[in-house]
Amino acid sequence: MENSFDAIVIGSGISGGWAAKELCDQGLKTLVLERGRDVKHIKDYPTMTKNPWDFDYRGRMPRDFHEENPLITKAAGFAEDTAHFFIKDKDHPYIQKRPFDWIRGYQVGGKSLIWGRACQRWSDYEFKAPKKYGYGIEWPIAYKDIAPWYSYVEKFIGVCGNTDGIAAMPDGEFLPAYEFNCVEQHMKETLLENFPGRYMVQGRWAHLSEPKEIHLEQGRGKCQCRNLCMRGCPFGGYFSSNTSTLPWAKKTGNLTVRPFSVVHSILYDEPTGKASGVKIIDTNTKQEIIYKARIIFVNASALNSNLILLNSKSKRFPNGLGNDQDLLGRYISFHNYRAGAGGEIEGFKDKYFYGKNPTESIIANYRNLEEQDTDFVGGYTIFTGAYRNRTEEVPNDSPQLGADFKHALSKPGSWRIYMYMQGETIPKASNRVYLSPDKKDDWGIPLLVTDVGYDDNDEKMVKDFIVESRKMLLKMGCKDLYSYDSNQAPGLDIHEMGGVRMGKDPNTSLLNEFNQLHTCKNVFVTDGACMTSTGNQSPSILYMSLTARAATYAAEQFKKGVL
Amino acid sequence: MERRQALKLTATIFGGTVIGSQVFLAGCSSKKETLHLITNKEVSLLDEISEIILPASDESPGAKAAHIGSFIQVMVNDCYSPEETAIFTKGLATINQAANASFGMDFKSLIADQKIELLTKFDIEARESKKSNTLHFFTMIKQLTIWGYFTSEPGVTKALRYNPVPGRYEGCIAYNGETSWA
Repeated sequence: MENSFDAIVIGSGISGGWAAKELCDQGLKTLVLERGRDVKHIKDYPTMTKNPWDFDYRGRMPRDFHEENPLITKAAGFAEDTAHFFIKDKDHPYIQKRPFDWIRGYQVGGKSLIWGRACQRWSDYEFKAPKKYGYGIEWPIAYKDIAPWYSYVEKFIGVCGNTDGIAAMPDGEFLPAYEFNCVEQHMKETLLENFPGRYMVQGRWAHLSEPKEIHLEQGRGKCQCRNLCMRGCPFGGYFSSNTSTLPWAKKTGNLTVRPFSVVHSILYDEPTGKASGVKIIDTNTKQEIIYKARIIFVNASALNSNLILLNSKSKRFPNGLGNDQDLLGRYISFHNYRAGAGGEIEGFKDKYFYGKNPTESIIANYRNLEEQDTDFVGGYTIFTGAYRNRTEEVPNDSPQLGADFKHALSKPGSWRIYMYMQGETIPKASNRVYLSPDKKDDWGIPLLVTDVGYDDNDEKMVKDFIVESRKMLLKMGCKDLYSYDSNQAPGLDIHEMGGVRMGKDPNTSLLNEFNQLHTCKNVFVTDGACMTSTGNQSPSILYMSLTARAATYAAEQFKKGVL
Repeated sequence: MERRQALKLTATIFGGTVIGSQVFLAGCSSKKETLHLITNKEVSLLDEISEIILPASDESPGAKAAHIGSFIQVMVNDCYSPEETAIFTKGLATINQAANASFGMDFKSLIADQKIELLTKFDIEARESKKSNTLHFFTMIKQLTIWGYFTSEPGVTKALRYNPVPGRYEGCIAYNGETSWA
């Protein structure tokens, strides 16, 4: 049957691409549904080789655009050169009960085109902490369960980094790391000498610093250190679905990708107790189409996966698929990105760099590891680095216009250091998303309501980061220190998670250890929605690893005839 | 994410905010359509002014070669708030007034030393008004001139060093007084 497949994957972003690759590799005829347009590697990267002067507004967007798009223009990485990979506000409304910046990229590849590319592994501390310190339920898996899948994903996507031997941030299968610059080396040494337990390491980023056979086979090449990644990389230097998993899946002959297909709901079949397929709406024609499959992977991005399940109502599940306990849409969490700090550092004027480092340095979490050593729970990773930009101001007693002024501005300025936090947040039932009872989008799908906020734990963590970063910066020799608490709304971190959390107990969780809905076993949720807690590491590579693990399991079950 | 890039840029450009980037100013009500926008005639005046700020030299072309007047026109007309636009255009009109008051002719007809003298006065005024957090039109002209120049083809390729495809990254190399990477 034309509308029948072995498996359906909802979403083509970083986790959906992985589901497609694994299922196709296992021989399953797989349909990937993407609500946005198609984006082909290289062909659809219109800005990838543009020069700074080729942009009308030199990177900015005009005022009219800002006024029409107050949300999306706030997003990290959004600029004139990347705007086409982000949605426009008015096209995709939602309702903010409390302020929540929901950043979306609706196209084939999703936000994998514009992601941050940081790929640290979670440690066992993070998997164990919620239960141990009483701020969450137990994860159904431990580090040892996912470690081999981290390795599997790292080898395929290519992650640079060093073997650093830090318990809070386990080592992986790394390509060569990008060097520290001379100031970063000084920062690392300062920490080692003065702050026991605080380790600054070279970025673990999804970049091909030295491609291997498997990467060349994907048609990807060495990262050229342009650091223009979010435009799409003509070299395939960083990982995205578009460069890697989707073309790989295509080569098997088992993949069908259908863009412009927004999923309305997953269909539940009472007699079999399984999902039978999905109902989509063609976003152009508004035609409803039903696709059938034996396995369904939900990878629509964390909040949209919640939305689809909430909208998948049946006699058996009147409150959304798998939602017997009013858990679906609850325990939404995110990463606390509010605070940053930095300053100028004297000296090192005889040192410079060549090329643009596509990665950032990382200070591994040093809080609440073996025991709770602060007045908050959870930890934070710090992203950091030193940079030397063009001179921006000349001393007051120097000419402020004229040839000498121009020449002074043409030279590199002082070195500066920056730090910012990525902190764990506590999953809470009161942080939730739900469907609007009366408002719908252009395709007749209920709008999502976000009701998510910070708590006292977040405030304490922000304070701790501000105090500690200041201590570290001073010791490093920084002056003119600044620090800030942006008070940005949740969501702007673009690390929203949860709502369909994994767990051991069907009474307190929706997904089991293989990301299957406890009560509808052929539906797997492996994007950010599945997260039981947030940890403090960048989550994308964990989503990829969970997806590869779940898809391999699903394919086995499929072949055994269980699913 | 690439958050740090945005952060460090806004945190360091001219020690503060990029003018025009604050979209929703308090009391912002006037419509842009009713405002005086920068005209083509003013573009040539802006070219003259920007060339004094960043003149051509043995080492690199000047702002005029980078068409900074047109750049400023686009940025002010399309990106500045109505309030900022009004400050800019009102301020710009005072340049010729000041030139006439001091030297009895329009800015364009002044000799280089007179132009420098005049703009230095505006620059001092602008730097003073920064202390009281008042937006001065010459701060805007200077910011746009510098930004526009160092992102223009002549600025990027001749005043700075441009290597669009470095091929590799070396973190710590000797610096011997070269111009900055673009």
